[in-house]
Amino acid sequence: MKENVFSKSMKMSDILAANYHLFLMLPRLGVELGFGDKTVEQVCQQYKVPVSFFLLVCNVYTFNEYLPDNETILATDMSKLTDYLLSSHRFYTDERLPHIETSLNKIIKACQPQYGTLLKRFFEEYKQGVLDHFSYEEKTVFPYIQRLIEGKSDKKFCITNYQQTHTNIEDTLSDLTNIITKYLSSNILQKERIRILFEIFEFSNDLHKHTLIEDKILVPYVKSLELQAK
Amino acid sequence: MSKRTKIIIAEHSPMIAEGLKTFLDASYEFDVVAIADCMERVQERLLKHKSCLLIINPNFFEYNKRLMLKSIFQEYPDVIFVALLTTYVEQSVLRQYHGVIEIADNRQRAESKLRDIIQNTQPTSESKENSCELSDREIDVLIAVAKGLLNREIAKNLNISVHTVISHRKNITRKTGIKSVSGLTIYALLNNLIDSSEVI
Repeated sequence: MKENVFSKSMKMSDILAANYHLFLMLPRLGVELGFGDKTVEQVCQQYKVPVSFFLLVCNVYTFNEYLPDNETILATDMSKLTDYLLSSHRFYTDERLPHIETSLNKIIKACQPQYGTLLKRFFEEYKQGVLDHFSYEEKTVFPYIQRLIEGKSDKKFCITNYQQTHTNIEDTLSDLTNIITKYLSSNILQKERIRILFEIFEFSNDLHKHTLIEDKILVPYVKSLELQAK
Repeated sequence: MSKRTKIIIAEHSPMIAEGLKTFLDASYEFDVVAIADCMERVQERLLKHKSCLLIINPNFFEYNKRLMLKSIFQEYPDVIFVALLTTYVEQSVLRQYHGVIEIADNRQRAESKLRDIIQNTQPTSESKENSCELSDREIDVLIAVAKGLLNREIAKNLNISVHTVISHRKNITRKTGIKSVSGLTIYALLNNLIDSSEVI
């Protein structure tokens, strides 16, 4: 798959046209629209984003089979990695989840109360699971990585703990899409349902890529840091 | 010994495809009739061998078609689909396949997985496999799950083994597309299988 990946000499606008999902990662790295015909390298320089890291994320986001090898990971400037993951979390908690929730609340209102209550509870349990998942990463994993980068060793934690317990938070979403698609009665808010389904699929797709970045970039990168620290 | 199972391998990497072919050809149970490196080749080969086993890398599909296995191959209801995993693939994608083999499997393991998959998709059970209607027993189990009972309690109440409960639950999830207990509760309620007063 090496030959089919994005490179720094490509125009930023071309990359975004090739995969519109990448628009979502721009604000997470502080990059703003309005860059004219500048290349990826020029835009990254302007916003002080390491271009190697930018491309790595774009490639994981876009190409299914793309998995960076160890060499690529070691050659990449990862200084923005945890910042990036953190702003993704903020995007999910401050934008995606509230949007889905608002939309779902409209559907819940249109349901018979006994179904609505359960649907509400279902979503709240899910949301709590996601928040717990993020909070663990933000309070335990990311600070640990920061300490490693600063050269402080930490005996209490190692990334293998994280790897083993890293759960999938996109799976339960398919329960929700199935209920909305197949099982809610046809007389309930068709338009709103289609709207929420789009939101959920976008969210699920984004979460999937987010997980890939954690499993395929963060974990091997931190493992190499741990080796160095020993 | 019955006939050797005809196998088509669909995989972009010649190294992986040839490697797998060498594995399988060494066994008297399997017969690799073709290797396909693009979708047209797969279709062309399937026309020739309508009942075969297709080992296909889920990455073979364009990303937006990865969940459309059944509709892409709807003309071939007798084909057994096995996913060949070379990278991480979402559960929702894998659920479409009859089974999975992985690039890290050794020969023995790959063969035994394939054997199990073939066993589990025998024509006798096929009409049942494809049906989305829950059986009476599955409905009993679903109701118990929705009421919040544990596998062990369900087994005791219905007088079946825990193993059977688990297998019913797997089938319920496959048929409804719902995994979580709270999701199944909503399903049971929407289908009037339980009353909202029975949910804690």
